[in-house]
Amino acid sequence: MGSLFRSEEVCLAQLFLQSGSAYDCISELGELGLVEFRDLNPSVNAFQRKFVNEIKRSEDMERILGYLLREIKKADIALPEDEVNPVAPLPKHVMDIMEQLQRLELELSEVTRNKEKLQKNLLELTEYTHMLRITQNFVHRNAERESVQPQYEEFPFLEKDVVMDYSSMQRLGAKLGFISGLIQRAKIEAFERMLWRVCKGYTILSYAEIDECLQDPYTGEPTRSVVFLISYWGDQIGQKVKKICDCYHCHLYPYPNSNEERADVVDGLRTRIQDLHTVLHRTEDYLKQVLNKASESVYTWGIQVKKMKAIYHILNLCSFDVTNKCLIAEVWCPVNDLPALRRALEEGSRKSGATVPSFVNRIPSNDTPPTLIRTNKFTSGFQNIVDAYGVGSYREVNPAPYTIITFPFLFAVMFGDIGHGVIMALFALWMVLYENDRKLKKTRNEIWNTFFEGRYIILMMGIFSVYTGFIYNDCFSKSLNLFGSGWNVTAMFSHGLWKMETLQSNSFLTLDPKVTGVFTGPYPLGIDPIWNLASNRLSFLNSYKMKMSVILGIIHMSFGLVLGVFNHLHFRRKYSLYLVFLPELLFLLCLFGYLVFMIVCKWLAFTALESDKAPSILIQFINMFIMQKDSGEPIYTGQAGLQVFLVLIAVLSVPVLLLGKPLYLYWLHKGRNHMGMYRGYERVRRSSEEEISLMRAHDLEEGTSLDSHSSSSDGQSEEVKCSRLSAHWFADLWALSLAHAQLSEVLWAMVMRVGLRVDTRVGVLFLVPIFGLFAVLTVSILLVMEGLSAFLHALRLHWVEFQNKVLQRRRHQVLTICLLLFCTQALRVHGLL
Amino acid sequence: MAEHNFAIPMAVITLFWLFVGGVVPLFVPKGPNRGVIVTMLVLTAVSCYLFWLIAILAQLNPLFGPALSNDTIWYLQYHWP
Repeated sequence: MGSLFRSEEVCLAQLFLQSGSAYDCISELGELGLVEFRDLNPSVNAFQRKFVNEIKRSEDMERILGYLLREIKKADIALPEDEVNPVAPLPKHVMDIMEQLQRLELELSEVTRNKEKLQKNLLELTEYTHMLRITQNFVHRNAERESVQPQYEEFPFLEKDVVMDYSSMQRLGAKLGFISGLIQRAKIEAFERMLWRVCKGYTILSYAEIDECLQDPYTGEPTRSVVFLISYWGDQIGQKVKKICDCYHCHLYPYPNSNEERADVVDGLRTRIQDLHTVLHRTEDYLKQVLNKASESVYTWGIQVKKMKAIYHILNLCSFDVTNKCLIAEVWCPVNDLPALRRALEEGSRKSGATVPSFVNRIPSNDTPPTLIRTNKFTSGFQNIVDAYGVGSYREVNPAPYTIITFPFLFAVMFGDIGHGVIMALFALWMVLYENDRKLKKTRNEIWNTFFEGRYIILMMGIFSVYTGFIYNDCFSKSLNLFGSGWNVTAMFSHGLWKMETLQSNSFLTLDPKVTGVFTGPYPLGIDPIWNLASNRLSFLNSYKMKMSVILGIIHMSFGLVLGVFNHLHFRRKYSLYLVFLPELLFLLCLFGYLVFMIVCKWLAFTALESDKAPSILIQFINMFIMQKDSGEPIYTGQAGLQVFLVLIAVLSVPVLLLGKPLYLYWLHKGRNHMGMYRGYERVRRSSEEEISLMRAHDLEEGTSLDSHSSSSDGQSEEVKCSRLSAHWFADLWALSLAHAQLSEVLWAMVMRVGLRVDTRVGVLFLVPIFGLFAVLTVSILLVMEGLSAFLHALRLHWVEFQNKVLQRRRHQVLTICLLLFCTQALRVHGLL
Repeated sequence: MAEHNFAIPMAVITLFWLFVGGVVPLFVPKGPNRGVIVTMLVLTAVSCYLFWLIAILAQLNPLFGPALSNDTIWYLQYHWP
């Protein structure tokens, strides 16, 4: 029998590890993932522990690895993500890895720096070239004009552009200076205005935009730049202009004085740019090479470093013994795994070549061990949702195996629709069949991961929804008529109740089950399809669904109570059986079990002929409480007496529930005080240590729960919950099912029916987008939204109504045992993969 | 509209879920998961049978009938057996 029904037996063990082989032994243990280590040095600061230097070293290596991974990612090189599981490296290999990593880091940073410098150079040269080319145009215009129109020499002043004529300026004797450069396009207008204000017409600015976008080396974004040429007279102006240029972060380049100079510079620039391009290419190639080489081993190193760090963390938890030659560790180990633990230690000792082997010793303990429940890929999802509310205490009954079926079932009661169930089941089936596909497993999308982890849950939910859909007879809001309806319309005509005229004069007519032949028997599988066509469909369905909710709810809660009995028995709390379980059960069954009985009674006892005599169960139930005698005819003889009796029992069980256990424990404690010595003898007599520990735990519990509020609040809230349960069950199972059915119907009526009513020729085309809309809304609203809503409600029902009855509310925080095998997940979580 | 005997569906479905919940668990192969699989089968049988039972008991003695529009009545008279 699997340990899924109850958490496993876990014992405390002491490991004696040789100093030399400690690292290897822990590595072996980590690979197996067997045990949980206890911290033996809780008072020691993290910085004063023994292996703090090694941890610092591994963190250093992690930093370098992070840098490498980022660079590799930037260069778009694929990492070989095989399912490798390298063992943690031995200390002597660690120095190798460290050296290699540091070398790689140096190389990489050097190459990257060079590359950046080269790119900056290239940018400057390119800008200079652009500038020269464009300013050439400024000046060339005039030179062209001079050469093209020689015949207008009699009007020399009109043709010559006085400002741009270098020679005329020289004749004037003024010092014409040029400043040229590049500025960002966004700033050019402000620049121009500033220039005008400051220099007041002693400068002339011409500018033109560069066609291509140059990459800004600081931000890496392409920016548009403008080439400008400022010509000015006088030195003072020149200085002012230079200051303004600085202010606007312009890139200034020397303006050539003559055309020959310009041509020389352009040639020189061109060759330099070509050279730079080649060098840059080579640098990039080299960088890629380095990264490629690194990428082969970076992934493995990452895992190895993480494992090493974890091992040192665990070594920090151990303490040295007196002789300083041996490390002592205390672990929680499942009893069934003790042989495996021994074997691992032997393996570790052998690997490190130690002369004295390490060994393990089981020791008794008073502390409550952690809860360990082994799950496989199917059960882990359900165990997770059970644990999310609270992990059960050690050796408590585990509600998870029952949740595997009851949770999807309750979800399906709220979701029931054949069509939607099929879609959900198919989606989950796809995820299950492709669960080993790496791409599906390793995405970083949180929401997808949540769905993927719960693929088995969704599959079960889908399958059960198909079944409940058949019973509710609801498939995309339409009913299936598989067996023929049980309601016969012709019988109403043949018995003369209806005629053709009644049809014409009334828009709605109700079938009467009292007339023979109208109702021929219940539909064999679920709800009769005729109700889908009826206008008073909801009156029937609401009554049915409410009663169904009550029945299912009571049964689920009673089941939870019964499971709690197993806990009481296991922990030898016989008094709990009588003082807690029995009153709870009586309270539940006397009131709500009786309600269920009345529901079923009313279904069976009253036929259509007696329909006017059938009492309302709700009113009868309320009357039962207020003990009203004249509430109409009883359903069966002796009803009044029985009801009074049941109410009395229920009312009496409440104080027993609230006060019984505390009073009993108080009385016990008082009595025990006188019997203290006797207890001592008992202890000596007990042979197995486990019994002692159990007994001690027993006494502890009794002692502490004397005046504690825990047990009383236990009972109190149980009772309160019992009385609130009706609200819960009515509201959730019924309401969600109703909401789903109504939404489905509305979607059909508003969307598909509109498309189906259109005339055939146009309708065929019209139906295509209509169906698309119908499909999208079905998936998004009915499947996703309603599905999540029903999921949450089913979850809450399980947590609050079911689990509270099974588990003690001493929610022990200690969880399952975890070790080194988290490495790949950790790498992924830190965004390095 | 077909005549529906109550006994036939009752017998068939009860036997079916009895088979699923009582007989199939005997044939589950021994292994670490045997307990879980048996629990699943029994719980499925119980809950599904209960759900079906509630549905059919609720319709056994209807106290009122469906209210249909006259178009529907006309259609059903001629098209449903």
